[in-house]
Amino acid sequence: MPSPAFHAPDTVEGVVALLSGDPTARPLGGGTDLIVQMRSGRIAPSAVVDIKRIASLSGVRREGDVFVIGAATPCTALKDNADLCAAWPGVVEAANLIGSVQVRNRATMAGNLCNASPAADSVPALVAAEAICVVAGPAGMREVAVQDIPVSPGRTSLASGEFVVEFRLPVRGALEGDAYLRSIPRTEMDIAVVGVGANLRIDDEGTCTAARIALGAVAPTVVLVEAAGAALVGTKLDEEALSAMVEAVKAACAPIDDKRGTVAYRKAMAGVLAKRTVRIAAQRAGAKA
Amino acid sequence: MNAPDKIETFRHIGTRPVRPDGVDKVTGKALYGTDFKAPGMLWGAILRSPHPHARILSIDTRAAEKLAGVKAVATGRDLPTLESLVMHVGEGASDIVDVSHNCLAFDKVLYEGHPVAAVAATTPELAREAAVLISVEYEVLPHVLGLDEALADDAPLIREPARGRSDEKPSNIAMDVTMGRGDVEAALSGAAAVVEGRYTMEPVHQGYIEPHACVASWNGDGQAQIWCSSQGHFMVRSLTASVLAIPQSDIRVTPLEIGGGFGGKTTVYLEPVAMILSRKSGRPVRLGMSREDVFRATGPAPGAIIDVRLGADADGTLVAAEVTFKYHSGAFAANDAGAGVSSAIGHYRIANTRVSGIEVLCNRPAAKAYRAPGAPQVNFAVESAIDELAIKLGMDPLELRMKNAAMPGDLQTSGLPWGEIGWVQCLEAAKAHPHLSAPLGPNQGRGIAGGYWGNYGGPSTVNLSVAEDGTFTVATGSPDIGGSRASMAIMAAEVLEVPYEQVRCVVADTASIGLSFVTGGSRTTFATGMATVEAAREVKRLLCERAARTWQVPAEDVEWREGNAVCTSGEKLGSKMSAGEIAGSSIHSGGPITATSALSAQGWLPGFGFHICDVEVDQETGHVSIVRYTAVQDVGRAIHADYVEGQIQGGVAQGIGWALNETYIYNGEGKLENPGFLDYRMPVTSDMPMIDTVMVEVPNPVHPYGVKGVGEVPIVPPLAAVANAVHAATGKRMRSLPMSPDKVHAALHAES
Amino acid sequence: MNRNHVNTTINGDATQFLCDPGASLLDVLRDALHLTGSKEGCGSGDCGACTVQLDGEMVCSCLVLAAEAEGRTVATIEGVAEGSVLHPVQQKFLEHAALQCGFCTPGFIVAAKSLLDRNPNPTETEVRYWLAGNLCRCTGYDKIVRAVMDAAAELRQERTPA
Repeated sequence: MPSPAFHAPDTVEGVVALLSGDPTARPLGGGTDLIVQMRSGRIAPSAVVDIKRIASLSGVRREGDVFVIGAATPCTALKDNADLCAAWPGVVEAANLIGSVQVRNRATMAGNLCNASPAADSVPALVAAEAICVVAGPAGMREVAVQDIPVSPGRTSLASGEFVVEFRLPVRGALEGDAYLRSIPRTEMDIAVVGVGANLRIDDEGTCTAARIALGAVAPTVVLVEAAGAALVGTKLDEEALSAMVEAVKAACAPIDDKRGTVAYRKAMAGVLAKRTVRIAAQRAGAKA
Repeated sequence: MNAPDKIETFRHIGTRPVRPDGVDKVTGKALYGTDFKAPGMLWGAILRSPHPHARILSIDTRAAEKLAGVKAVATGRDLPTLESLVMHVGEGASDIVDVSHNCLAFDKVLYEGHPVAAVAATTPELAREAAVLISVEYEVLPHVLGLDEALADDAPLIREPARGRSDEKPSNIAMDVTMGRGDVEAALSGAAAVVEGRYTMEPVHQGYIEPHACVASWNGDGQAQIWCSSQGHFMVRSLTASVLAIPQSDIRVTPLEIGGGFGGKTTVYLEPVAMILSRKSGRPVRLGMSREDVFRATGPAPGAIIDVRLGADADGTLVAAEVTFKYHSGAFAANDAGAGVSSAIGHYRIANTRVSGIEVLCNRPAAKAYRAPGAPQVNFAVESAIDELAIKLGMDPLELRMKNAAMPGDLQTSGLPWGEIGWVQCLEAAKAHPHLSAPLGPNQGRGIAGGYWGNYGGPSTVNLSVAEDGTFTVATGSPDIGGSRASMAIMAAEVLEVPYEQVRCVVADTASIGLSFVTGGSRTTFATGMATVEAAREVKRLLCERAARTWQVPAEDVEWREGNAVCTSGEKLGSKMSAGEIAGSSIHSGGPITATSALSAQGWLPGFGFHICDVEVDQETGHVSIVRYTAVQDVGRAIHADYVEGQIQGGVAQGIGWALNETYIYNGEGKLENPGFLDYRMPVTSDMPMIDTVMVEVPNPVHPYGVKGVGEVPIVPPLAAVANAVHAATGKRMRSLPMSPDKVHAALHAES
Repeated sequence: MNRNHVNTTINGDATQFLCDPGASLLDVLRDALHLTGSKEGCGSGDCGACTVQLDGEMVCSCLVLAAEAEGRTVATIEGVAEGSVLHPVQQKFLEHAALQCGFCTPGFIVAAKSLLDRNPNPTETEVRYWLAGNLCRCTGYDKIVRAVMDAAAELRQERTPA
């Protein structure tokens, strides 16, 4: 396996040019998926393009009513932004469940998303949050909903020469909360057997006015379960509503049996975690009980 | 060699000094298997079979040989043809023909990952590239992985010509052992309570963090050097010399530090191959395994199917036990069945017993020793059954065990009597332990289990020499995996009555000391310790003798006290000479002062352990958390208390991993799906609680300090301790390991 | 394939090396620079035996391309002690016998030091979750955790003179 060329441009345009000119070139963020796959021979890129030298791609900042998270921001760095943690604890927690602290000091949500594993931890939380990513490419910049990036395991909708430069998340209102939980066999270090992201809005009386539930590792790509969200809207998130939501979640699962979990277990855990995640999100949104 | 009658207080035994090799290890200076470089070294790579079972029709190495930078290529044809010879050099026995064929396949590949060819090149990248250029033509054969499948009449035969029990048709049975006495059937039919059950598990790996690696340098004149980490460099020399059919004294093996073994490094995989590549290229060659290679191609502990039947009288007296098991042997005979048979139920006094086990060949890597090889599997079944029996009898499970606990003089399964074992003392210590009465919260349960391991003694050589300033060096041939240098220094310093820091311990290479058996089998503190003490006593005697000569008094008028030779009578009464003074003048008194002890230690005693485990089960997800764990063990005498505790804690953690999440996952094509630490799930720090250890000391009268082997026992009880705790927490009896969350969940929600 | 020329700082020393573009930082540390204290246990970021600090943050060096070290600072196990004076984490590992074979020890020490550099008073749970990326097969982690907690206590005393 010949060694790929290594480039570290300092502009977005530089990255685009290198990726466009070479169909097997890959952007390098934290490398915690890319380098593993290169070592195992699963991929053999002709070039690796490090995006970490581009200043605008690192860090979390506010732009008006939007949080902007640079694609080269490692997961642990997300925790340093108190406002982001207060607004989107589910997203920050999800990103900070990936691997170990060593891995999280390098891994990025952009890499997690574009690796397109069905079990990616940050993706259900980002989808529940209705996050947008900004994609740079030969034709310029465009915005894409996070859930439109993964197409199938290992494949994204990005065109040749394109790469994710940042995520955008809205600033939060008062009665909103999100959460992410995953099922793994040990306490750390495992790939999610099931992941659930929940994002809720409630009103002054505790009635749910908006809900998004997204599932990971139960289908080839992340699943936004609209029926599950709908089962919660207009309710006070009582047991009956939660049960209806769980049924919708289970019905939306199309998992496989593999070395990490069985169909039956994944379906069951999707239901268990959906309930737990919604309860946490609700608590964060300020719901009583 | 007997223990002195009254040793109550020790200067060093039982203390916790810093190990002599410690600074090197916390600063990154210590050299492990892949840290060593030889000048001019080439890098080797191995081509491994992609098929679990196939005949090798041809190997074409020409393209690899042509690649610039490639200096040597080797296949199984480069190894000499050997006569069958069973060698006892590791833990368990191996036929040297099997060892050879496992290093490089001869005419068949027997598991996915089986080495087929090897190359040496000037860079690791070139070596890997060259390996891929080797073209192998295979005739793929049907493969078999499962125990029952491998025993079926139409199962593909792993060995050709196939062998089986002498009066039966050829089969994949590699070993067949039965022990017992009395009439089990009659006793069971008369028993007040009988439990029976089938227990199953897949193989698990030792999981050492350091992959195998070595550097070999074999010159045209036949002499060679090998630098490698292993559990025994004499074993490396012996097996490598035998595989290559060369004299042992032509190979000098230098032991590097070893990053874990647990039995898995008591054999050779790479050394003979690296030797061939070195001979062909004329340069030293490094060969190492990747983590994937380690999982695909090194020996795990066997998986098992175990059937147990236990019967007891109404008062809890065990009247009968029948244990029948099948173990995976893998591609070559592993020889674990015998230990499995003798480790199953010997801890109980039972009049009617039948323990029978077979090993089954299949298309998996050959099983290798893993900490008490053969014992954890059967113990899981038996201790789970004992728990069931206690419940059936309405009896406290600890009381049931105490009532039937084997004591010194009771018969083992083999019919031989137990010696001074400390099993009852472990049970008593556990009974008195506050853990047993600690309150349990919701969804929590407590399980107990006990077990044992036979241990070993065997050959060790130790040299103890005195420097001119009277400080001491202990040289052994036992690789230090877990602090044994410190233990040897403690024992020698104890005999010599000098400060610990004046005795340094090193591990000598095969040319520099007489042979020692592997560091394994829980034998090192016992056997190498015994040799260390013997050598130290001889040095003490020599020092006194030299003092006597210097003072010109009879030898019996000189005693050793507190590190000095003292004259105890006559006109020189009260004269004192330090070790430094004696050694400093040794050139005049007779020459260098040194002693070698070469012995085959006998009289080893087994270790017994008893564990208490509290779990909490998340009923919705099936997750089992270990919330509290106490391990009681008869250690004979703890030489270095920290490292004895460490052995216990490490064995417990491995047992917990085995119980909860570790397993080999193969797909339908006979290929391993989880050859890495991501999906071979060993416990991480956040999975474990603190592990309390209680060291019971029932000294072995044969060892000068009462040592019993400690390393292997602690992996035996955890499987059942955890399973019994899960049962207590959930009411569900888990008979299949691992008890991963999906399986516990399935058991809890079976109706839905 | 041309090699990359990299200028970096390792354990405070300006260092240059040539590397294949695809070589990992771990490979270069061990083979080109002879800093063999960082170990390869898995090559896939699952065991932490290769842990180093890159610009002050702990990472798995097997998952860093050597070329990425350009202009950055790398701290390895070899730089933890000051001359021959051991860091409290190293000293406590010895005192608590928190190593048996010692292979995972360099990774644990760098990781533990990274923790104590930013959290001087971790709970046992915080220690365990921080170190979950470092596998040990010998010790069962008990003495490792005790050593880290004890090192934390010692460092707190050092930082707050009586």
